[in-house]
Amino acid sequence: MGNDAIVTVDHVSMKFNLSSEKFDSFKEYVIKSIKRQVSYDEFWALQDISFEVRRGESLGLIGLNGSGKSTMLKIIAGVLKPTKGTVTVRGNMAPLIELGAGFDMDLTARENVFLNGALLGYNRSQMDAQYEDIVSFSELGEFMNVPVKNFSSGMVSRLAFAIATIGVPDILICDEVLSVGDFRFQEKCEERIGNMQEKGTTILFVSHSLAQVEKICDKIVWLEKGHLKMFGDAENVCRIYSES
Amino acid sequence: MSNYIKNFLKFQPLLSELVARDVKIKYRRSVLGVLWTLLNPLCMMIILSVVFSNIFKFDIENFPLYVLSGQVIFNFFNDATTSSMTAIINNAALLKKIYVPKYLFVLARIFSSFINLMASFTALLLVMVAVRAELHWTLFLSWFPLLMVVVFSLGVGMLLAALTVRFRDIMHLYSVFTTGLMYLTPVIYPMSMLPDRIRSIVLLNPLTNYLEMFRNLAFYNTLPSFSSVVVGGLEGAAAIVLGVYVFYKNQDEFILNI
Repeated sequence: MGNDAIVTVDHVSMKFNLSSEKFDSFKEYVIKSIKRQVSYDEFWALQDISFEVRRGESLGLIGLNGSGKSTMLKIIAGVLKPTKGTVTVRGNMAPLIELGAGFDMDLTARENVFLNGALLGYNRSQMDAQYEDIVSFSELGEFMNVPVKNFSSGMVSRLAFAIATIGVPDILICDEVLSVGDFRFQEKCEERIGNMQEKGTTILFVSHSLAQVEKICDKIVWLEKGHLKMFGDAENVCRIYSES
Repeated sequence: MSNYIKNFLKFQPLLSELVARDVKIKYRRSVLGVLWTLLNPLCMMIILSVVFSNIFKFDIENFPLYVLSGQVIFNFFNDATTSSMTAIINNAALLKKIYVPKYLFVLARIFSSFINLMASFTALLLVMVAVRAELHWTLFLSWFPLLMVVVFSLGVGMLLAALTVRFRDIMHLYSVFTTGLMYLTPVIYPMSMLPDRIRSIVLLNPLTNYLEMFRNLAFYNTLPSFSSVVVGGLEGAAAIVLGVYVFYKNQDEFILNI
C-alpha cells in the first residue's frame, strides 16, 4: 500500500508476566534465583495482530472487556513495547488515553495547561497561542487559577480534552473518553473530533458504544481475547458484532 | 543518534515545565516563596557556624566555611541522587499512559537539585563576604568541581532510578548508605586528622576529591593537581556510562514493574 499507511501493525504479540511471581525485594529475588523458582505465569494479552490504517482513515477498536483494546492502543502510542512484531507510525500523535493522566493535582489549571502541553511535545509559545482556545472550549474561564485538586471529575476531563485536541495532530488516540461529561459536552467533543477528521487527522478510537464507533470510524478492528477476530469496514463489522 | 536528539528537542519544553513544577510546588503557599531556596541554606549555615565555631574545634582557619562548603557539595549529591531514585516510580501513573522519554524525569530532578545547589553556593558566597574571608581569583574557577559533581550525580541518579524500579529495597537502604558516606567524606573533619588506614578509604570516595578541589579553589587559592582533575573527570564519566547503560537496558521493562 506504499506510503499512505500511517499506522502499520505487523504481527504484534504482547506477553505479560503475571504478578504471582513478582518480587519487589532483592532478597526475594536472590533466594528465588538460587532455588530456581523464578517462573512466571505467562499471559498473552495480544497474539499475532496485524492491520493497517491509512492516512485520513479512522479506526475503531471494539471487543469485550479484557480483549486487549487498551493494550493495543498503548502499544501504538509507544507506551508499551510489543513482545513480538513491530508497529510503525508515520506522523505525530496526540494521546488521549484516560483523560487527566498528566495533571498535577497541586498545580492550578493554568499551570497544568502548560505542563500537559509539554507532555504532548508543545513548547511554551505554541501553548500561549492555543491558550485562549483551550479556556473557551473547556468553559473553565473563571477557574483557571484554581488548583486542579478542587475540580470535579467533569471539569478535569473537559480541560484534558481541550488540551489534547489542540492543533491538528496526524493521529488522535481516544480511549473511552467520550463517555465523560454531560450530554452537551459530549456533542461538543464529537463535533471537534469530526472537525479534526475533516482536516485529515486519523482517529484511533476505543469505545463500548457501538453507535459512536460506527459514527466516527471507517474501519474496525474487532478483538476477542487477544486475537484479531475481524478487520474490515465499519458497517460490516458492526453488523456481525451486534449479532454475536 | 539524530533521532535521539530530535526526540530530546521535542520534549525539551517538558523538562523545563517539570523543573518549574518541582520548584513551584515546593514553595507554594509560603509567604517568602522562592526566596526560601536562598534563605534555607543561609539559615542552616548560620546554625552550623555557631555550632562549629563554639563546640567542635579543629585546627582549621575559618572552620565554619570549611563545614559549609562540605555541606554544599554533600547535600547536593545526597539531594540529587535521593530524588532521582524515585523519579521513575513516582511518575508511574504518567508513564503508564503517555509516551515520554523516561530519562527526562531523572534529568528534571537533577536540575531541581542543581537550582538548590546554585542557591546554597550563593549563600556560601554571602557567608564568605560576611566573615571577611580572603577572596581569591581562583574562586571564579570553583564552578568546575561543582560541574563534575553534577555529572557524577546524574550518573548515580540514573543508575538508582533504574534499579529502584526493580528492587524497592534500595529506597530504604540508600538513606543508610548516604549517612555512612557522609562520614567518609571530609565534611566536618580535616583530612589531616585521619589515621593513614582510614585516610586511604576516605580518599577512595569520589566526593572527597571533588570537595578538596572545590575548597582549594574557593578558599586556598590553589589550583587542583592535574591528576585529581583527570581522576574526577574519569569518575564522572564512568558514573554516566554505567548509569545510562543500566537505565537504557531496563527502561522498556519499567512499565511492567511500576
